[in-house]
Amino acid sequence: MDIHEYQAKELLAGFGVPVPRGSVAYSPDQAVYTATELGGWHWAVKAQVHSGARGKAGGIKLCKTYHEVDAAARELLGKRLVTVQTGPEGKPVQRVYVEVAEPFERELYLGIVLDRKAERVRVIASAEGGMDIEELANTAPEKIMQVVVEPAVGLQAFQARQIAFGLKLNIKQVSRAVTAIMGAYRAFRDLDATMVEINPLVVTKDDRVLALDAKMSFDDNAMFRQRAVADMRDPSQEDPREVQAAEHNLNYVGLEGDIGCIINGAGLAMATMDTIKYAGGAPANFLDVGGGASPERVANSFRLVLSDKNVKAILVNIFAGINRCDWVAQGVVQACNDIDITVPLIVRLAGTNEEEGQRIIRESGLPIISASSLTEAAKKAVEAARAHAAS
Amino acid sequence: MSILINEKTKIIVQGFTGDKGSFHAKEMIEYGTNVVGGVTPGKGGSTHLGKPVFNTVAEAVEATGAEASITFVAPAFCADAIMEAADAGLQLVCSITDGIPAQDMMRVKRYLMRYPKERRTLLVGPNCAGIISPGQAMLGIMPGHIYKQGTVGIVSRSGTLGYEAAAQMKALGIGVSTSVGIGGDPINGSSFLDHLMKFQEDPDTTAVVMIGEIGGPQEAEASAWVKENMTKPVVGYVAGLTAPKGRRMGHAGAIISAAGDSAAEKSEIMRSYGLSVAPSAGELGTTVAAMMAKL
Repeated sequence: MDIHEYQAKELLAGFGVPVPRGSVAYSPDQAVYTATELGGWHWAVKAQVHSGARGKAGGIKLCKTYHEVDAAARELLGKRLVTVQTGPEGKPVQRVYVEVAEPFERELYLGIVLDRKAERVRVIASAEGGMDIEELANTAPEKIMQVVVEPAVGLQAFQARQIAFGLKLNIKQVSRAVTAIMGAYRAFRDLDATMVEINPLVVTKDDRVLALDAKMSFDDNAMFRQRAVADMRDPSQEDPREVQAAEHNLNYVGLEGDIGCIINGAGLAMATMDTIKYAGGAPANFLDVGGGASPERVANSFRLVLSDKNVKAILVNIFAGINRCDWVAQGVVQACNDIDITVPLIVRLAGTNEEEGQRIIRESGLPIISASSLTEAAKKAVEAARAHAAS
Repeated sequence: MSILINEKTKIIVQGFTGDKGSFHAKEMIEYGTNVVGGVTPGKGGSTHLGKPVFNTVAEAVEATGAEASITFVAPAFCADAIMEAADAGLQLVCSITDGIPAQDMMRVKRYLMRYPKERRTLLVGPNCAGIISPGQAMLGIMPGHIYKQGTVGIVSRSGTLGYEAAAQMKALGIGVSTSVGIGGDPINGSSFLDHLMKFQEDPDTTAVVMIGEIGGPQEAEASAWVKENMTKPVVGYVAGLTAPKGRRMGHAGAIISAAGDSAAEKSEIMRSYGLSVAPSAGELGTTVAAMMAKL
């Protein structure tokens, strides 16, 4: 799960990470009022969308007058911001963050990630702030410093000092950078984050260290114990179909193709999509209907897949382990009777009670195309989608 | 004819009396697995499915001599259950639970390291379908009847894709020595590599199928080891060629976030290390058959 910059800064500030003064605004009037409250002479008005690279996309405006703050908020709010990370459709800007803009002398990079290879938390830093860290890792890996955190004791101050001195900070700046690094780590650990990225972490003329931008992602599996973080979810930043899927406890990811997929198991779902591609077609979505594929879940899955207007055929592929094929077959038949399905439907059932399931489909009298293997199902789906598109 | 478990392995079920625990324990017992009891804190002293229930894993081990456990414990409490099992000295713990926080798993892995290698618990999963040695024992939630007894090992991240492989192989008359699911989480208890090493040592396994997916460095690491150390042929497959970057595909660990994470890259790495890569998931069985014909 991702959150907005202003939310990340609020959380990090709570762990002692220094951030510039700022406040969120939902309207141009509120943005101007916020600027007057904050005081100062320069403000940054920043579009709040779940994406990096906002500056290059025109999502961050530097303002010198209240009039400019008003104009910036007017320009950003209600628009969709398209960045290199959002895709061509962009993401809606419903809030802006108004922040006191402070001059700074240096831009640094600080990141904390869950390292799957080491199975540890890794702290990454670089003196080259503001840059894309992945690009830096490819072009100049020697400019990146890393420390791995021992999970039994957590990040130690000496490790944070190693990083701070490595960034060539002066002694005053070092102690402030250590506070920022330790705070960011504690936020990561205590809030079940999977990523904290402060890019840039800036150093001001008067030796202060500030998080100028902040990004945090969280472990979905831990949200049961992070209620305050879970409440920060902003569905406007997500694909509406995925939001709808989450409400029904289904795993759905929308794609560009035209063959809708309803499959049990994440691995089999990915493999089925790949097999569709191998057969010359393109999947419209990933959908894992899960272990207990009740008739209701199957019906919800159909509604979800059909809400994508590109869909020209639907492929149901179930390998029943905990499930039973006869239950799934009943669910499919019931869904076909309840929902008006106007595209060809291909069903492949395997595993527990597969013969019984296939019999239910056959005897239903519905125009369902049966398949006995994964390859056959994918081929039939591709053919059916082509025929349907041509008709 | 197997790794990890056989018909003699004494098994306890953690979360024995819950709905899922009961359902799958019954299936496991019917398959012939040597389930000797279970653990549900607060229900010690009672009997469930004809087996004794204990309050703690330590008590269960003392009374039954259990060697392995399977956990059907809710995600919030599962890390605790795994550490309890390790503390009680179990050799093998299989965790079915889906949804354990990643930082809990990090602590679990660290906790397991506190024991010397000889008595360190091997954790399989979490978020996996479990382990089956066909005809002998089942420590998992798979449909037992789709596996034919034989000599090919299967190690898979995905449960259903492991079923798919086993069923395709059975249709072609090819049997399985042991099938292990390592699970779809970002941090697994044991890796592809851990199980490939066991299959390499097992005299009754002649070949192995390794089924990976997008995300993480494990498939590449295991493939490099195969090239250097494995004398038995390995068939590989990686799911997720059509998965977009940065999106979580169902499994918490199935996300392309770094170089080398994609299915195309991983398949290429497997090929470069000499594995026979199945061109699609529909051809897992035929790829194994072609490899077996060459043995």
